[in-house]
Amino acid sequence: MASTTAGATGAATRSSSDAVPVYSKPAVTWAGVRKYIGIAVIAIFCLGPFYWMVVMAFREVGYTFDNTLYPTHVTLDNFRAAFSTQLGNHFGRALANSFFIGLCTTVIAILFGIFAAYALARLQFRGKFVILGIILGASMFPGVALLSPLFQLFTNIGWQGTYQALILPDISFALPLTIYTLTAFFAEMPWELEEAATVDGCSPGQAFRKVILPLAAPGLFTTAILAFIASWNEYLLASELSSERTQPVTVAIANFTGSVPHEEPYTTVMAAGTIVTIPLIILVLVLQRRIVAGLTAGGVKG
Amino acid sequence: MTVTSGVATGEAARAGAPGRQPKRKSLHAGEGRRGTLLVLPTIIALAVVIGYPIVRAIVMSFQKDAGLDPATGLFVSGGNAGFSNYTHWLLQKCGDVKCPPGTLGSQFWPAMFNTVFLTVITVAFEVVLGMAFALVMNGAFRGRSLLRASVLVPWAIPTAVTAKLWAFMFATAGVVNAILHRQIIWGSGEWTSRFAVAIADIWKTTPFMALLILAGLQIIPGEVYEAARVDGASAWQRFTQITLPLVRPALMVAVLFRTLDVLRIFDLPQIMFQGGGGSGNATTTLSIRVDKQIRAGFNSAAALSTITFVFIFLVAYLFVKVLGANVIQTQQAQQKGTI
Repeated sequence: MASTTAGATGAATRSSSDAVPVYSKPAVTWAGVRKYIGIAVIAIFCLGPFYWMVVMAFREVGYTFDNTLYPTHVTLDNFRAAFSTQLGNHFGRALANSFFIGLCTTVIAILFGIFAAYALARLQFRGKFVILGIILGASMFPGVALLSPLFQLFTNIGWQGTYQALILPDISFALPLTIYTLTAFFAEMPWELEEAATVDGCSPGQAFRKVILPLAAPGLFTTAILAFIASWNEYLLASELSSERTQPVTVAIANFTGSVPHEEPYTTVMAAGTIVTIPLIILVLVLQRRIVAGLTAGGVKG
Repeated sequence: MTVTSGVATGEAARAGAPGRQPKRKSLHAGEGRRGTLLVLPTIIALAVVIGYPIVRAIVMSFQKDAGLDPATGLFVSGGNAGFSNYTHWLLQKCGDVKCPPGTLGSQFWPAMFNTVFLTVITVAFEVVLGMAFALVMNGAFRGRSLLRASVLVPWAIPTAVTAKLWAFMFATAGVVNAILHRQIIWGSGEWTSRFAVAIADIWKTTPFMALLILAGLQIIPGEVYEAARVDGASAWQRFTQITLPLVRPALMVAVLFRTLDVLRIFDLPQIMFQGGGGSGNATTTLSIRVDKQIRAGFNSAAALSTITFVFIFLVAYLFVKVLGANVIQTQQAQQKGTI
């Protein structure tokens, strides 16, 4: 990626120094060059550290601080080390945990959120503004304020370290995010269709199920992705409420131990980080238009 | 968002389109009851996962922690604490005396300083960088969607991974020092560790800021710029006289969201420097302080988390009141522009 953009600027500067283009290509202006420099800067800024993570994930341990900027001493050992359980790391299990927790959180948030979002986008009822305020406030709520009461509560009822102790608190941010984003998508739907369906004899419930839901599927999917990513990335609550058995991947990565005491197994951690990130990057690449729409509509960071 | 549509329909009912609203009302009899019914599950869910913990935290914050009284050295087993948990943090009182340096109580204001410092510095840089990014991305060029996808990469990487990645890059023998040709020990300096966390956070969230500002830029009609150019306005004049005032609402909302987000920052400083760079507390934020306190005493931690919560709430209130960040209308406008 970085190389592509570097190529782009390279091309831009080359053609500008060539001077006097014979063919009727648009003349290379200073503004045009500046624009491509800007694009290159953005691409390097955003992708540089990510590129470095991937390079390090494939570099031999002995060359951890070699600092050569291009891939050298390529190996797959780091990925093997990441999944190895010899040193007390359970990365594979943590991946499965994260997936399970994320899936449960997303399904619950969507199930609750879809009805609320429909009502908020579509219906007039008393107390609507209060509810809007509550949901907006909840999306900005500091997770740490949940920590001490939940920690004590879960300890008292023996939930400490269980899956439900991780899924339940995740609802606190996934549900407001879901409602927020879904309402934005619902507000943009062609509601005349629903009215037409009701006129044709559908009950409001039928009209929703048979007409609106299929149309809302892309918005629903995007919202689900955003909720899943938010839950997948959660660390604060999980770091206190999970046990070794249930810990999600963020906690596992933060606590990775290496073979040498007091020495960070950086290349292994970078390999683990790459594995955790790649699925998200693919989702982002495929769905970027929708995700950007959902993000700017919701204005909530994952 | 939700707010948006509410306002939109509300205003429509009040001001314009008087003909449409009643017609729809009659079409859906019992709309109000249905709305309440549909929202009810969410309200119950939020009451369980947020409402209950808040109330519980407030109740806890007025109770004494079981343990040794730091002032008298006697064992106390809970009981009503009055405001002592709050004065412990805010006024640094341990019993009747001032908390000695080194105790947890004395670390409240430093944690507050770290949090506010991080907030000011990261949001300031994010606004400037985000604006620059958004201006570049607003232009038409080939590979625009590719650039937009790459901008989402820092956002998509889990914060825990970001923290490890930057800790690695800021290692003494790491790539940042190699590029700078320096031997800075980032983690052990008070200010170097703060800036390291700030840089990592700026990297992670500038793209988000840029996308929010870009959404604001895209609703400015091109004719406005055309007219200004015809009138002979320079590029700088066009930026300060047209872009800035028109993008201001979107910018204010972006700043509000980011500010509230970084005030509760935890993952990044916690994982990068194990809860505190420098001599141990240079990057300890309010959230990290609460997290550390939980092991020393639930009730005192509950008081601290309540203070944090109220503080963030006050900042949000000030933003909306003083700076006029209009979340509702801005989002409405953005929605029309982007979706």
